[in-house]
Amino acid sequence: MNKPLRRIAIFCGLLVLALMIRDNWLQYVRADELNTHKFNRRVQIERYAYERGNIIVDGKPITGSVLTNDTDFKYKRTYVDGPMWAPVTGYASQAYDANQIEKLEDGILSGNDDRLFFDRTMAMFTGDKKKGGNVVTTLNGKAQRAAFEGLGDKKGAVAAIDPRTGKILALASTPSYDPSTFAGYSGKDEKSWIALEKDKDKPKLNRALREIYPPGSTFKVLTAAAALEHGVVTDIDAPTDTPEPYIIPLSRTPMKNQHGGCEKASLNEALRVSCNSVFANLGDKVGRDKMVETAQKFGFNNPEIDTPVRAAASVYDTKMDAGGNAQSAIGQFNTATTPLQMAMVTAAIANDGKLMKPYMIDQLEAPNLDVLQKTEPEEMNRPLSEKNAQLLQQMMENVVKKGTGSNAAIDGVTVGGKTGTAQHGVGNSKRPYAWFISYAKTDEGSPVAVAVVVEDSSGTARDDISGGGLAAPIAKKVMQAVLDSKE
Amino acid sequence: MSVVTNTTTIGAIELPSRRNTELVLLGFAVAIPVFAYLNVGLALDGTVPPGMLGYGLGLGLMAGIAHIVVRKFAKYADPLLLPLATLLNGLGLVLIWRLDQSPRLLARSDFSPQATNQLMYSALGIALFVGVLLIMKDHRILQRFTYISMVASLVLLLLPIVPGLGADVFGAKIWIRVGGFSIQPGEFAKIVIAVFFSGYLMVKRDALALASRRFMGLYLPRGRDLGPILTIWAMSLLVLIFENDLGTSLLFFGMFVIMLYVATERTSWIVIGLLMSAGGAVVVASFAGHVQARVNAWIDPFVCRETSVACDQMTQVLMSFGAGGTLGTGLGQGNSDLIQFAANSDFIFATVGEELGLAGVMAFLLLYGLIIERGIRTALAARDPFGKLFAIGLSGAFALQVFVVAGGVMGLIPLTGMTMPFLAAGGSSVIANWALIGILIRISDTARRPAPAPAPNPDAEMTQVVRP
Repeated sequence: MNKPLRRIAIFCGLLVLALMIRDNWLQYVRADELNTHKFNRRVQIERYAYERGNIIVDGKPITGSVLTNDTDFKYKRTYVDGPMWAPVTGYASQAYDANQIEKLEDGILSGNDDRLFFDRTMAMFTGDKKKGGNVVTTLNGKAQRAAFEGLGDKKGAVAAIDPRTGKILALASTPSYDPSTFAGYSGKDEKSWIALEKDKDKPKLNRALREIYPPGSTFKVLTAAAALEHGVVTDIDAPTDTPEPYIIPLSRTPMKNQHGGCEKASLNEALRVSCNSVFANLGDKVGRDKMVETAQKFGFNNPEIDTPVRAAASVYDTKMDAGGNAQSAIGQFNTATTPLQMAMVTAAIANDGKLMKPYMIDQLEAPNLDVLQKTEPEEMNRPLSEKNAQLLQQMMENVVKKGTGSNAAIDGVTVGGKTGTAQHGVGNSKRPYAWFISYAKTDEGSPVAVAVVVEDSSGTARDDISGGGLAAPIAKKVMQAVLDSKE
Repeated sequence: MSVVTNTTTIGAIELPSRRNTELVLLGFAVAIPVFAYLNVGLALDGTVPPGMLGYGLGLGLMAGIAHIVVRKFAKYADPLLLPLATLLNGLGLVLIWRLDQSPRLLARSDFSPQATNQLMYSALGIALFVGVLLIMKDHRILQRFTYISMVASLVLLLLPIVPGLGADVFGAKIWIRVGGFSIQPGEFAKIVIAVFFSGYLMVKRDALALASRRFMGLYLPRGRDLGPILTIWAMSLLVLIFENDLGTSLLFFGMFVIMLYVATERTSWIVIGLLMSAGGAVVVASFAGHVQARVNAWIDPFVCRETSVACDQMTQVLMSFGAGGTLGTGLGQGNSDLIQFAANSDFIFATVGEELGLAGVMAFLLLYGLIIERGIRTALAARDPFGKLFAIGLSGAFALQVFVVAGGVMGLIPLTGMTMPFLAAGGSSVIANWALIGILIRISDTARRPAPAPAPNPDAEMTQVVRP
């Protein structure tokens, strides 16, 4: 009977071998897939198992963790000034996952990142509790507060950048939400989540990064840049050949102007009083393809602007006809942009033509405050020459000194800006968007460029809605806050 | 003047008894679980667990008693079996105790701490182990009980169907409730039925092997020889249908086919066995809803989970294994308690997977593999056909059980409700498996015992050179 016995022995060996192979398949090959599976509660449990690291602004945390009595989630996320910082932090909820920085830097914040391996190992030996690392942002608390309070109960967004480095200084969006209200998973958290989901004003939408608006007249600075760059205009004070009325190409519709005096107006003058006809004409002369080229150098049509939170792609249509192009040149038609994108355009002009890549994470820190990673400023593109940038600065400063943007003027500081009132809706039926872009300049270059959009200004008579009236004061406060904090 | 009393050229060669090897290994088998216990305590509370001394002493005492009994009553037994079983039992206790500490499980109404019970059952198991060695001086005594065993195993198997006695726990009718205790008779039936198979096959092996007709390259048995096989087949199907117990029916039928093959040395039996189990599986799968559900949960638990809550447990088990990765999270630091119901019994292997990782699971599989192969070695070494069949039956059943449970938990095969020997919480399982180890030790002792010294040969004296 020994021969079959030996075969049975081999058979039993094969059974055990099959189990071993299966186990390798399960625990080695498929481990990552199983660990990141959407049904795997461990991701959530692990996220809240230890005191989570914080998101830091101006050296102070704007997030926190509180101990709960829960069996699954030991800690709960809290937020300081939640609504004000929500567009920066995103949320981390036990029931509804996380987004933005809370999600993108989850590894560091929860302490599970590979770069924290050494810290974890040391903590294991010293008996310390595992802790998450910190995310230090580039934001400026004062500027953020100015932006958030400036927007007040209006619907809108503000993006502010340091043109020299690309550091994001403010990122506000209203109406906002408090991520603390649904950080847990109780019935109360569920209720506030559902209320936010159903809210018609979409408080969870990060308007500064994720919403695109027609930029209106603020886009004219980009058209001016394209005209200068492609040699269509060489002298900003020389009269242009714009007729009055100017008929939109391929149509019989005249381009309306808010002010008189646009006939043959020079570029400088046209920007100061915001002549639609002059810029539509210029856009047509530069041509669609060259307009697209310049717009894309500024960051339009780029779906991968990561701050690291990804911004929505701003649009400059690449396939429209000449009529569409002429309208697009004044920021209407299909043109749409995020507030961040307009801040980038302004920043590139203020920085003498050098566009820096916008970012909001300055550095990642280990729990013991060792720096794990520091973001170095990075040049993204050079959309216009230094000379042309300075010409544009001259024109934009003119707008603030003697034009539509006088509300943004700050005593003793050079400020350049541009207003915008963007029509939208079928037949321009909806309330227009009020835009303002601006930068401030000191001896050391420009420390701040801002883009402000006010979506629907309830309580303001329709005729009074203008970039200069509604958005410029907010931009001024933000610039003032940045300038103050430099001193 | 010397008197040569024995001139036989081959004397009795005293085999080393290996009892000291066993003692050293037992030392490890007790120390490792004690350190594991300490590890869990430190991981959960940061302090040395208060029960560690009692636990260590208890396990050590049980192992010590078992060792002394083996040393005295089964001197030549295989030295590996007892330490392996002790180690598995000890680690099982640690894992159960670890799950007892889980706040997530304690919050459930159907959960109560099991470690103390398991320790008591382990003691009972060791007592039965000792009893087997003390009472059964020679395993061949069991031959006398061939047909009584058949009846006994049938009764044990069918007890759970008896109204009033059987307890239906989540659809599986494999328990009976006596007094305050619930017993899984199937675990004991496993051993009793092995006695019947061995006795029966030993007698009938020639008839089964030789009296057959050749058909398409297969040796087909005569009709009257086929009877018992069909009976077993039908019985395993009945168990499956009435008790919802896929595992036990698979175990019995597999064990029978293995023993039949060993007894007759005819490969055709394996083919017939496979065909019959495939036939049975098809029939049952097309009628029994719970088998279909199990198969669905096996094919893709994550898809199945969308429609059925029952599949969620399987996804939790898989994610436990995934969470363990290569080295595991460390004892006490995993979340295998997310499996919730039966985390400490049917699914305890997932806790091994999560907290000890791939490395730990491999080690456990090797421990089980070693027990199985030591059992098969015992069968090889056994000198009597009954002992051979009995040993291979028990080892085969053990191997199948490990494969079915671990394979089910790891998603290699559809899930069956059986317990991982020695690891899982459950009295019947631990007690029955200790008895199984006791029997294997008894057979190995008989097998390895040196042949008795030949009696002095009077003729040798006669042929001596005539002395002056």
